[in-house]
Amino acid sequence: MSADTVNTASILVSLGQVTLVLIGAPLLAGVMRQVRARLEGREGAGIWQPWRDLRKLLRKTRIVPEGTGPAFRTAPLLAVACTAMAAAAVPLISTRTGLGPGADLIAVVALLTLAAAALALAGLDTGTAFGGMGASREMTITALAEPTILMAVFALGARVGSTNLPQIVAAGVQHGGRLASPASLLAAFALGVVVLAETGRLPVDNPATHLELTMVHEAMVLEYAGPDLALVELGAAMRLTVLLGLWASLFAPWGIATATGPAALALGLGVLAGKLALLAVLLAAGEVFMAKLRLFRVPELLAGSFLLSVLAVTASFFLT
Amino acid sequence: MSGDAELLDLAAGAFLLAAVGVLWRRDLTAQTSLLAVQGFALAAIAVILGADQAHPELYAVAAGVGVLRGAVLPALMRRAISARATDRETRPLMNVGASLLSAAALVLLAYAVSQPLVRLLGTASARALPMGLAVALIGLLILVTRRKALSQITGFLLLDNGITAIAFLAAAGVPLLVELGVSFDLLLAVLVLRVLTTRMRALFGDTDLDDLRELHD
Repeated sequence: MSADTVNTASILVSLGQVTLVLIGAPLLAGVMRQVRARLEGREGAGIWQPWRDLRKLLRKTRIVPEGTGPAFRTAPLLAVACTAMAAAAVPLISTRTGLGPGADLIAVVALLTLAAAALALAGLDTGTAFGGMGASREMTITALAEPTILMAVFALGARVGSTNLPQIVAAGVQHGGRLASPASLLAAFALGVVVLAETGRLPVDNPATHLELTMVHEAMVLEYAGPDLALVELGAAMRLTVLLGLWASLFAPWGIATATGPAALALGLGVLAGKLALLAVLLAAGEVFMAKLRLFRVPELLAGSFLLSVLAVTASFFLT
Repeated sequence: MSGDAELLDLAAGAFLLAAVGVLWRRDLTAQTSLLAVQGFALAAIAVILGADQAHPELYAVAAGVGVLRGAVLPALMRRAISARATDRETRPLMNVGASLLSAAALVLLAYAVSQPLVRLLGTASARALPMGLAVALIGLLILVTRRKALSQITGFLLLDNGITAIAFLAAAGVPLLVELGVSFDLLLAVLVLRVLTTRMRALFGDTDLDDLRELHD
């Protein structure tokens, strides 16, 4: 059951994960919007609305503002490609992903940060005030959030002795009792805060705001239109799906397939869909009751979660 | 034994998390509540050590510590907090984000510095010793970087809690007499500081100590 062997079955698992994330991400966003709408007393547009939006945007003409360069043009595709690669590496359905030893934590975090950095550069490339403002806010948040992801998963990886994500998840499946230890609880909380920060959800950023001065992610991509905007929105939804899937695989790994038999894979697929749906509903319901933090309080929240992840690592290394 | 070690780690973890909470929250009432939680965690550490090493004296010490640091001192401090808005720490010398990152560095420093002691003792309680040192260092950080008199008292109490935790974890407690003496001194210090704070507030309207460094009219 070595997690390092790459054969046809594991490559098919990775491709399956990428397809699932590509198709399911707008659906996940739709579920979150619908839950939020219903809880706020509105009718809601249905869970397929993001897909309808994507279809509408893809049929429009491609238009690019004057004065932008290659950074603006390549950023949407780069963001979607990096997130799709991360979806292939993170063990979502099964721990036998097609990348073998390449499914490393540091590589996955680097891919996700590359996607965020590409969009920030595109925001700067537009030369508008809002683009620069959104890019600088996004980079402030990413600068504190990225070390926290690394530290929080190091706390789990310290016991396994490796940063290989499939090995960490497989160890979590085998020794389920360790997930209730203080180090794991601290790491779960810290990673949860970072998932909210990196995907631009409340209380860090309001994804449904229309006021530019309160935007972080939306301000960066304000100049995109047509098929580019479709790719950007798809990339944002995929980022949310991959990060929620990572959290679920690390801290609630029951049901994930550890082999590549078809029955185990089908169970893993169903369990993943259920876990993601549950997390999406809980997140959307929580967002209804949360207010956005003032921007100068966000580094405090992220610094606090970084401190908790450092405590998780020290607890995991030095205690028992 | 391993169940006791897990309980000890849990109590020491709660002890450290209470200190982190005091550093994170700006509200003085929340800080005194977290100080009370920390006092009870310290008493829990003493009880677990007493059960583990069969020292019945530690139960009496744990009861004294719990009553004093978990109930009496936070209650005294809470009575000194007024209901006005000036009792939130809004302008510390180092902002909350930077002080949280410094606390992370201090925790790592505490672990690095106490490794020789941990290796010397080798018991499960010694492995939790760096957390006591970390709380003492965080208490010093609060004492040095806050402006309000009550925040500085909180930092001083955190420092003393940390030193007591190190004493418990390294030496399996202190004799009852020593603990009584230290507790009495602590109670006296907090009472005097509380009287001073009330007088400061009556005379100057605020307990921001940085405003009191010069002579005024």
